[in-house]
Amino acid sequence: MRTTPTTTGRYVVTGARVLGREPTDLLLEDGVVAEVGPGLARGRAEVVDADGLVALPGLVDLHTHLREPGREDAETVETGTAAAALGGFTAVHAMANTDPVADTAGVVEQVWRLGREAGHCDVHPVGAVTVGLTGERLAELGAMAESAARVRVFSDDGACVSDAVLMRRALEYVKAFGGVVAQHAQEPRLTQGAQMNEGELSGVLGLAGWPAVAEEAIIARDVLLTAHVGSRLHVCHVSSAGSVEILRWAKSKGWNVTAEVTPHHLLLTDALATSYDPLFKVNPPLRTGEDVLALREALADGTIDAVATDHAPHSHEDKDCEWAAAAMGMLGLETALSVVQEAMVETGLLDWAGVADRMSSRPARIGLLDGHGHALEAGAPANLVLLDPAARRTIDPFALASRSRNTPYAGRELPGAVVATFLRGVPTVLDGKLQ
Amino acid sequence: MNRHLLSGADLSHADALLVLDTAEELAQLADRPIKKLPTLRGRTVVNLFFEDSTRTRISFEAAAKRLSADVINFSAKGSSVSKGESLKDTALTLEAMGADAVVVRHHASGAPHRLAHSGWIRGSVVNAGDGTHEHPTQALLDAFTMRRRLNGDRPLGTDLTGRRVTIVGDVLHSRVARSNVLLLHTLGAEVTLVAPPTLLPVGIDAWPCTTSYDLDGELAKSDVVMMLRVQRERMTTEGGGFFPSAREYSRRYGLDRRRVAVLPDHAIVMHPGPMNRGMEIAAEVADSARSTIVEQVTNGVSVRMAVLYLLLSGSTEITEVTA
Amino acid sequence: MTPTPDLTARATGPVPVGSVPGHRAGSSSRAGQPGGPATVGRPVLEAPDIGRALTRIAHEILERNKGAGDLCLLGIPSRGVPLAYRLGALIAQVEGSTVPVGALDVTMYRDDLRLRPARALEHTELPPEGVDGRTVVLVDDVLFSGRTIRAALDALGDLGRPRSVQLAVLVDRGHRELPIRADYVGKNLPTSMTERVHVLLEERDGRDAVTVEKTTAATPAAAARTGADDE
Ligand SMILES: [Zn+2]
Repeated sequence: MRTTPTTTGRYVVTGARVLGREPTDLLLEDGVVAEVGPGLARGRAEVVDADGLVALPGLVDLHTHLREPGREDAETVETGTAAAALGGFTAVHAMANTDPVADTAGVVEQVWRLGREAGHCDVHPVGAVTVGLTGERLAELGAMAESAARVRVFSDDGACVSDAVLMRRALEYVKAFGGVVAQHAQEPRLTQGAQMNEGELSGVLGLAGWPAVAEEAIIARDVLLTAHVGSRLHVCHVSSAGSVEILRWAKSKGWNVTAEVTPHHLLLTDALATSYDPLFKVNPPLRTGEDVLALREALADGTIDAVATDHAPHSHEDKDCEWAAAAMGMLGLETALSVVQEAMVETGLLDWAGVADRMSSRPARIGLLDGHGHALEAGAPANLVLLDPAARRTIDPFALASRSRNTPYAGRELPGAVVATFLRGVPTVLDGKLQ
Repeated sequence: MNRHLLSGADLSHADALLVLDTAEELAQLADRPIKKLPTLRGRTVVNLFFEDSTRTRISFEAAAKRLSADVINFSAKGSSVSKGESLKDTALTLEAMGADAVVVRHHASGAPHRLAHSGWIRGSVVNAGDGTHEHPTQALLDAFTMRRRLNGDRPLGTDLTGRRVTIVGDVLHSRVARSNVLLLHTLGAEVTLVAPPTLLPVGIDAWPCTTSYDLDGELAKSDVVMMLRVQRERMTTEGGGFFPSAREYSRRYGLDRRRVAVLPDHAIVMHPGPMNRGMEIAAEVADSARSTIVEQVTNGVSVRMAVLYLLLSGSTEITEVTA
Repeated sequence: MTPTPDLTARATGPVPVGSVPGHRAGSSSRAGQPGGPATVGRPVLEAPDIGRALTRIAHEILERNKGAGDLCLLGIPSRGVPLAYRLGALIAQVEGSTVPVGALDVTMYRDDLRLRPARALEHTELPPEGVDGRTVVLVDDVLFSGRTIRAALDALGDLGRPRSVQLAVLVDRGHRELPIRADYVGKNLPTSMTERVHVLLEERDGRDAVTVEKTTAATPAAAARTGADDE
């Protein structure tokens, strides 16, 4: 539990460049942005000097694995949300593949409550689509929607809802409460035992291939199903240029389809697998340079709506082994903004307003979160992040707040650093430190 | 030479010739009254086998013993060592025992690479076959055998420039094929891989070789035909359904007397073993004078002696100082 | 008698390995090999001196063994081998009959393998007559610490059982570390530990000469092993 600030609870952020524009001041009071404009520093408010810093609305992650309950050795709601706050997030969606699976109102409420107690950011549980993620029958989606956790995003992430009838039913069923099905698109028969992107390198390295077509085939089927039943589909961690083409086509039809891309798929390629270091083993796998460029372009032009971390903590034992035996996944929360800065901002593909849109506004809209993703104007909830775009930092896995160490950026220098995060006017991070 | 031998690509042209020439000198030992050399006295070689392969293990064991190394056989198959983390635990145990070289056979591609580069052990790592990745000493003994058969009795200093080698079979799952393509290319040979399209990996266009689906079209121009083992399970649905039946496979890709008759007179027939007689190779072909299958086994010991000598006898300290 | 093998072809035998940075560069190159330093240091023997020394040794071998009856000359690679063939030819001239000559590589028997990068093996070739029951004369270019000869004696023991073993060297430079002495010496050459002796032979180096090079480093025998002397 966090200690209550000793101050009045009023903050004046001075000289902040909101969305990278001209410096201004923001007065945060009673959980909202009370005033925006120059010269707001005055008595009885703590001053946060944001000279040179960029202010963005608090980031929203659509895809976070907090591992609790079940794998508290890898991450807990407490450590995972601490990592989120340090990464500039004010809300995360906690994936359902826990143990027990979040497929009942009881489990989603437990996760939601743990998030409230931790207090570092809002935790919105994702409900499983099928009982036990087994892809056999629908979980009680309505009960989860009506629970205290008010679940709106449903996903079997980690597994694909591969049965076409079941997927159709899920898409139909969530219409009753405005939900969305977030699909982990992976045709299971085409990816049995798959270890890395199927391409030139998988053949050379002797690792079983995970063909992009296994993702694209499911996305193609699902956008058609979505159109057919008039529902809403969200595609998790899009990883290939081919997927982008299908999404572009579906959107051109006006269908209600959204998609996310992870920071690592915007920066890293399958060439990293040549080290056989399982830090680079992830699902969907890292793909080719051409895929990376296509994903960046799609994020820039809005074909892909959001950046989502797929933050996937794994214990040391699950990664310190041979490639085939290792777990899939990598940490993401504490490096996401820096990776997006390197891949999208420094390449000129997105400005800071674009980053705010893809990392806060749109994901908040997809997840139906009322309290997040608002422009930093008077009256908006005081959820924001202050970042220093000029900073450069070398990633030290042991300096991360996450309980796990499986960052693919260990030893790598990345641009940008989160200086402060405010959740409803209260700093969760100040001077780069957890409050 | 590198400190480890993990891939056929680890060997430069000069390295490969050094190994082959050294093996050629060591092969003479067979004619001597005393077949043992004191070279690796006091050195420990561990055979770490996570997968059954009696023939490869025995070959490495004979090689190490002829060089007077202490040999520890560590068979990890069937023991508690099946889950990932234990590769590390096993490595730490070997390190504590002072292994100077670890010869590793593992079902996971890249496991020897992990062993060599994870910092778990200090000794040299020799890849004795990893998953569907590589088997570099097999490629060396194959090249050694080809050189002897095609370049004369004293082939010292020669490579395989211009020789045409046709490798036939389950390339997709074959570590032998991968290592051979890399090493034979380094040695100047022209390699053609022949298989049904289902058994050629995606991306093979980038390999330093050509490919074909038609065995009959390749035979007349081949100096060497190397048949790969094809597991019968590959035709089942659970096994991937790569080809319809054993009969169809052997009709299209098996080496029988009719096909051998098309080969040039000097051409040789190789197989890394173990063979499926009647499937990829007819019994009468395997036992014919063209077949080098028995020689390959004998040559394996000389080549592995050369590898162990070159990796182990030198001083790592000097390597580091002059680096 | 076997004809002199094509030594120029053999000279290119061991392939230098330099593909791995730092592995075999510099410190391990053996002077005088093709591509090595051609002439370094002060000349102490010229071609006629070497010819005279070998003629004298050939006569001493015959005198001591009362003829060439059961002799076998084994050169220690690299430069001991051409010297052995020259001695064989000189003995044949005097005796009118051939003497078996061969090569004995001692690499795998050296006691300093761990002190230097792995070396390419040289060819061992025994005359068809073998060594059992014969008087074997080991031939080398330079006698220094004596460790090469120790290795040669071990190698020889694994190949058969000679009646006796003798040692002929072109140069004895002193500084013995083992109880070994030469039976036939072309020239005794007192040297300091900071000096290196280079032997050049027509068959490998294009001309005959022996030179002594001053080096700045103190050269204990162990360090000298990476130097030029064929120890
Ligand atoms: Zn997923």
